[in-house]
Amino acid sequence: MAAGSQSLPITISGVTKAYGALKALDDVSIDVASREFITLLGPSGSGKTTLLMVLAGFVRPDYGSVKFGDEEVITKPPHRRDVGMVFQNYALFPHMNVFGNIAYPLKLRNVPRPDVEQRVERALDLVQLGGLGDRGVDQLSGGQRQRVALARAIVFEPRILLMDEPLSALDKKLREQMQIEIKHLHEKLDMTIVYVTHDQREALTMSDRVAVINHGRFMQIDEPKRLYGRPLNRFVADFIGESSFLPVSVQDGVARLDGTELKLDGRPASDSERQLLVVRPEKLEVLENGQGGDLNCLTGTVSDLIFQGESFLFYVKIADGTVIAVRSPSRRESIAAVPGVGEPIRLGLHPEDTIVVPENP
Amino acid sequence: MSAIVEARASIPRENARGLEADARRERISMFSLCTPSLLVVALIVFLPVGWLFWLSFFDPAGQPTLENYARMFDSRAYIKTFTMTFKVSFMVTGVCVLIGYPLAYLISQLPARAAGVCMVFVILPFWTSLLVRTYAWLVLLQRKGIINGWLIDLGIIDEPLRLVHNFTGTVIGMIHILLPFLVLPLYAAMKSIDRDYLKAASNLGASPVRAFWQIFFPLSLPGLFAGVVLVFVLCLGFYVTPALLGGGKVHMWAMRIESSVNLYANWGAASALGVVLLVVTLVLLWGLNRLFGLDRVYSGR
Repeated sequence: MAAGSQSLPITISGVTKAYGALKALDDVSIDVASREFITLLGPSGSGKTTLLMVLAGFVRPDYGSVKFGDEEVITKPPHRRDVGMVFQNYALFPHMNVFGNIAYPLKLRNVPRPDVEQRVERALDLVQLGGLGDRGVDQLSGGQRQRVALARAIVFEPRILLMDEPLSALDKKLREQMQIEIKHLHEKLDMTIVYVTHDQREALTMSDRVAVINHGRFMQIDEPKRLYGRPLNRFVADFIGESSFLPVSVQDGVARLDGTELKLDGRPASDSERQLLVVRPEKLEVLENGQGGDLNCLTGTVSDLIFQGESFLFYVKIADGTVIAVRSPSRRESIAAVPGVGEPIRLGLHPEDTIVVPENP
Repeated sequence: MSAIVEARASIPRENARGLEADARRERISMFSLCTPSLLVVALIVFLPVGWLFWLSFFDPAGQPTLENYARMFDSRAYIKTFTMTFKVSFMVTGVCVLIGYPLAYLISQLPARAAGVCMVFVILPFWTSLLVRTYAWLVLLQRKGIINGWLIDLGIIDEPLRLVHNFTGTVIGMIHILLPFLVLPLYAAMKSIDRDYLKAASNLGASPVRAFWQIFFPLSLPGLFAGVVLVFVLCLGFYVTPALLGGGKVHMWAMRIESSVNLYANWGAASALGVVLLVVTLVLLWGLNRLFGLDRVYSGR
């Protein structure tokens, strides 16, 4: 699709926006590479949508800088920014049909009529809606509207594409299908994509990098694997994936849980004395007696056992009374190892999966 | 699973008849709940209109005749009344749109609290008697009234303007009274336009002016049509204001009906005028419906 246009890097530095006493964005800085797919992930009210609106030009920050390529755009009005955007509720114009909606940005750019038809048709094919141009917007299903909104946002070949929770209105199956489609689309198109979502799985599925945001600040910006495997603080560990937390004390780079030294892959990321061990349910192994000499071991009793189809979820009460969740796939060999409720259990955690994070900064 | 399927097949169409009868009973009892309102509608709408229609075919002596209708095509006075009614209606509707659209737009864009205050001022005249408001305009507009007084004092004019007892006065008074009927549906339609549409237009490259004309304006049209239809139809049958502010120079349809009854005691002629007004209004609504789809107007889409 990319003919003359070329995707642009985005440089955001020091952007701050306060609504009264509440800082929606607090000195936010990030560099997004050209062609990168970056996701802003955070709970509602974290500032992720505000940041997207700053990029689109709908929210005027108090100060800071936003550059598309080398060009400062912070005072540029939205209609001159030339970025595509997919709105959460799609915002398809109800008085135009599918063709009219997708052709609208081209007409604004005075593209000649035959070209308009050709490019709309191509955009429709790209989102797998070929031939639906003369449908009315209200005749479309939710998934089709989503695709039309996407086609409208990319038909004028913007160098940057913004997406504001575009899949949140779709049901789970369709959502997962669209995630893959958007990912493939990104590979085909020469566009830098900034994607906003509160769904951590969606963020991990689609993104080159994920920026976790809370209270208007970035908590961590990293590739999905590192974000999941090496969270930098309690917020990220808690928000991404399921986790239980156990208090550990750290001295001279050595972390101790209940006095026992934890085997770590490297040193703890922070030097603060009171930290937390992050325990992911699926990282724990159920150990037979005498097994697991090179693992970090936890002992306790099973307090609850839940069959969830593809896996067992059981809760283990460990020595200090904390209950941690353990997930075990329902495969032949692991079913045999699952103990009954009330029985003692030993769990092993590999040093590479042993994550120690500070309390929230 | 298979046991359940077999058990079901063993009893053919169990209770089918009983369920059907039950459904019929429910339909009838539900419909019978509507009868009081249907009776009221018949009593206060169809009966009088039918009576009117019947009367229009009789002359004052009680003989059946078509003269009441024929007169409308022959008599110059009638034709003049007809054209005057439409002239006033178009004028009033047109000016109402010119004033009402920007007003509704302004209020729809204001923050909620300010919009509420403004809407009170729009609705306020509704709470005052029509007669009082019309007489107030008489005071304002007459030869030695407040407006002429100010204009002369300011030296803008030497002679008082003829603002009342003519076409101008009638139109001014009617606009004031009918404006809320345009603003209210229009405001409701504008309020229901999602601001994201305008954001989307702007994001796609539309300047604020283009976004207004290409997105906001078309989406506000159903509300505008609803308001226009209301104002226009009310204009066609307007009586008090033209009678008081027209100074006998503006003859509207409703005034002709009044004089037929009060002056000439000709119920047949008055009925025929009423029937024609009703038919013209219905034809107008039908035409607008064909053109713009009023069902969409009233559902606010």
